[in-house]
Amino acid sequence: MMRHRVLGRLILITFLCLGSTFARSETELRFCLRTEPKNLNPLLVSNDAEETIRYLTGGVLVRVNRQTQQLEPELAESWNVSKDGRQITFKLRQGIAFSDGTPFSAADVAYTVQQLMDPALHSATGDAFRSGAGTVSTKILASNHLAITFPAPVAGLDRLFDQVAILSSQSPKKEGAVLGPFVVAEYKPGASVLLKRNPNYWKKDSRSRRLPYLDSIRLDIQPNRDIELLHFKRGELDLINSLDSEYFDRLASTSPNLVHDAGPSLDSEQMWFNEVGNAPIPAYKRTWFRSTDFRRAIAQAINREDLSRVVFNGHAEPAIGPVSPANKFWFNDKLNPYPYDPEGALKKLQLVGFRLENGVLRDRDGNKVEFSIVTNAGNRYRERMAVMIQQDLQKVGIKVSVVTLDFPSLIERITQSFNYEAAILGLTNVDLDPNGQMNVWLSSAENHQWNPAQKSPETVWEAEIDRLMRAQASSIDPRKRKESFDRVQAIVMEQAPFIYLVNRNALSAISTSLHGASPVVLRPQTYWNADQLTLSAESGRGR
Amino acid sequence: MLGWRIARHVVSITTILLLGGLLSAALVRLAPGFDVDEQQLDPGLSPESVRAMHESRTQQHNLLRFYVGYMGRALHGDLGTSHSLSQPVRTLLRDRLPVTLRLVTIGLALGWALAIALALTAAARVTAWDVATLIVSGVFLCLPTAVLALISVLLNTPGYLGIALIIFPKIFRYLRNLLAKAYSLPHICTARAKGLGEPRILMFHVLPIIAPQILALAGVSVSIAVGAAIPIETLCGLAGVGQLAWQAALGRDLPLLVNITVLVTLVTLLANSSADVIGHVLKSEGV
Amino acid sequence: MVQKLACAFLLMIGMVCLFADQLAPAGYAKQFRESPNAAPSRKHLLGTDDIGRDRFSRALYGTRISLLLAPAAALLSTLLAALIGGVAGYLGGFWARCAMGFTDLFLSLPWLFLLIMVRGFLPLDVSPVLSVLATFSLLGLLGWAAAARILCAGATTIRNSDFLLQARASGLRRVRLFVFHVLPNLKPILYAQFWISIPVFILSEANLGILGLGVAEPMPSWGSLLRELEGMLSFAEAPWKLVPLVLLILVVSSFELILTKQEFAT
Repeated sequence: MMRHRVLGRLILITFLCLGSTFARSETELRFCLRTEPKNLNPLLVSNDAEETIRYLTGGVLVRVNRQTQQLEPELAESWNVSKDGRQITFKLRQGIAFSDGTPFSAADVAYTVQQLMDPALHSATGDAFRSGAGTVSTKILASNHLAITFPAPVAGLDRLFDQVAILSSQSPKKEGAVLGPFVVAEYKPGASVLLKRNPNYWKKDSRSRRLPYLDSIRLDIQPNRDIELLHFKRGELDLINSLDSEYFDRLASTSPNLVHDAGPSLDSEQMWFNEVGNAPIPAYKRTWFRSTDFRRAIAQAINREDLSRVVFNGHAEPAIGPVSPANKFWFNDKLNPYPYDPEGALKKLQLVGFRLENGVLRDRDGNKVEFSIVTNAGNRYRERMAVMIQQDLQKVGIKVSVVTLDFPSLIERITQSFNYEAAILGLTNVDLDPNGQMNVWLSSAENHQWNPAQKSPETVWEAEIDRLMRAQASSIDPRKRKESFDRVQAIVMEQAPFIYLVNRNALSAISTSLHGASPVVLRPQTYWNADQLTLSAESGRGR
Repeated sequence: MLGWRIARHVVSITTILLLGGLLSAALVRLAPGFDVDEQQLDPGLSPESVRAMHESRTQQHNLLRFYVGYMGRALHGDLGTSHSLSQPVRTLLRDRLPVTLRLVTIGLALGWALAIALALTAAARVTAWDVATLIVSGVFLCLPTAVLALISVLLNTPGYLGIALIIFPKIFRYLRNLLAKAYSLPHICTARAKGLGEPRILMFHVLPIIAPQILALAGVSVSIAVGAAIPIETLCGLAGVGQLAWQAALGRDLPLLVNITVLVTLVTLLANSSADVIGHVLKSEGV
Repeated sequence: MVQKLACAFLLMIGMVCLFADQLAPAGYAKQFRESPNAAPSRKHLLGTDDIGRDRFSRALYGTRISLLLAPAAALLSTLLAALIGGVAGYLGGFWARCAMGFTDLFLSLPWLFLLIMVRGFLPLDVSPVLSVLATFSLLGLLGWAAAARILCAGATTIRNSDFLLQARASGLRRVRLFVFHVLPNLKPILYAQFWISIPVFILSEANLGILGLGVAEPMPSWGSLLRELEGMLSFAEAPWKLVPLVLLILVVSSFELILTKQEFAT
């Protein structure tokens, strides 16, 4: 009798212990960073990894809801942009503290803005606000009320604050004190970053439970995508944020419930020709590249459907213009995409003096039409697209050679020596607002890739684009801005300085133990609602 | 005599190290892509920011000035700052050296063990086993590094298996040929006829003949292993000096690359010089 | 007997390469875009690659390039190693120390940047032939250092050996001594170096594609075919992708079997 009772109690105690271990097990989300974060200062974010850490740890005044693409209040209860677009006032939430307990007030926002606008700080986040010369002034109207005045109107001023993580002006921990759902606990360079739950995070869910639900997030630094996939399949990772299309199909064949295709993303792949005046390329080639009809014919001779279908296994859409249809507000839906029409392309070329002889296209002076496309090595999709374009253009008698270069050599060629003929690269768009791309469309800017840093616009249409971009930058009426930018998109389609190829789909993989994730197109695709994600604790997860 | 030899080695090592640093700096500086930064393609940066980035690199333009400055600072223990990772080189190397050391040492030991095991059995035997070992080592020689790295990860053996598989075919082949040649010498036949056992023949009659070459091979295998560490660490995601070297190469990070080259040269020189010295010691002891 | 098999195998490969045009009508560049990544079928004996090109044709044409140029580059590196390592060891003393110091330095420098520089100098529309020749020559010129050290050690041993002393005493000139008495005894190392270099160079050529060197698209090479193996998480996925690997192993092994025929009769 006694022995049975003791035994029974022993068994009960064992089960309780085991049960409580499982119930109390820490939930840790694990996924990979593909690059190394060079620093943990949220104002100096320059790559994907740093962007991820900032998103998860930084508290912002307003947040662009990644699902609806609308601006929502975060740390600011309300805000108001003045009619001239130069001033913004914020009314902040009260009773909020940083992760180390330091209270949050308007002084911290003012401090952050001053740090951001320091001319010695060179970061894309700060530069987005620099619309004109002069100092930015902040006026604290109350402990939770402040006004920020800029020297010149800033287009889309309120949305820009989605990128500004507020720093504490008083905390001794400096950037270590954060307002976001997680805080950096450990950084092992080259290996991993550990984020732990911020105990003072201000958000609560609908049942007034403090967020985030997760206890910690471990970010492993793993540039190799094959190994990332391997870890995911083994259950050592909970999500893959941007999945390559070939891995998508591989996973989908065995476990279709793990993969998600959110549709075309904001990213585009494009090709352009070198139109720089003093580029070290033969003069007759420069004449071809500067001819709008030549570029439009090439745009027509490329089979974008095949590119989407073959290179991306159907997980991409042929690009229509500079803006992806995923950008709901700014996309100009009245544009006419280039049809795939090699005969039409040939006719276009023949109209301007090219002629096809024995399968070789020659120009007016008898030169064989040949050029090289450079792209960056290591990106399998671009290499394959270049080879497919090579075959497409062969049909109109053009001989294309494909050269893959390491990234620094490529950048040197397209920004300094201009020793290239055509290039294929992609643009990753984090921002919906086209104002972030001023440096691409202005003819005097450095990122005006086909012919950068022009002293004065060399063509009529580039001058027109300059005028329209400046108009949209100085207006705050969204409809007027959209009108101007729609016209820019139309001109770009007509003149084809960039030949847009595809818009890749936003693909991701999410394990079944992660709940609450709904992948979207805007970055960060899968963990945009990180504070509301939960992990079901499975036994034997091997932490 | 031995002291002289060692002193001579130290002088030549120092000269070669200095030369190595200078030459590698020259190679990095003169290769295209030195002056640029990936961030230049970010349209969010203003022209002033891009200009500021350029200016921060101009101090490295004059090669000799940079190198002399670097050497001066190095004598005080300051190895410079990596601009692609924004950290002092010394901290970076200090954190990552243990990983690479472990990887290379275990990989080398494993590779040599495999190679010796196969070579000893293959050299003294006849065709079938010989062909089999030939094909096995051929398989691993022909596999791309990425596949070897993946195998290493699949089997949960972080990295060192990959290194072992990369170096063992090479060592094996040299070893096998040397052993086969030594075994084919006439005096081995005599020794066997006189009734000496195989282990004795190996220890006292075969090995001494090829000892210098084996030592040289040992020295060279160290630099092959160090070279193999770069792709293996990068592909397996191990935070060692090899991965650092690859990142530095992609980012044209001059301070980091010069330091890593000097480190690699030092390791190579030490390995090969030790092989020389040991060989000399063995010879002078009449082995 | 095994050597005869190896010879026959190599001859067969050679023949097949020569008649690649007839055996592979599809050509290595034609993209069958309706069936990318297809499994083997009558039309495509080894299936198609990522953008629909016939793998069998690519294997045949790739073999041509790699089979011709990789052994040539391996020969170049072996000769250089023999020259630098062997002569240094033979001369001994100061020359040996200098040469070995130079070799050690050579082993440690980041030659990646030299290759990037070469790519920078070559014009963008360089002909594929020139590009691939330049690549393999560079590989040969840079790949001798490891063997040189071992050859030096070997040559030193021979230099101090009895039979060479005898030959010298009988008045043979130094060059003759080197070529006819020292080099043949270094054969084990030379053959090993040659045999190892062939696959190493084939794989390196593919990796050099990252720098824009190597074979230009759409021309295939064994290296680029082997790169398709990367990312295969299990060999059961697409076992026909392993055919180029098996082929390479067999070719390399055949080379070695033939080379060692005369040497090591056991």
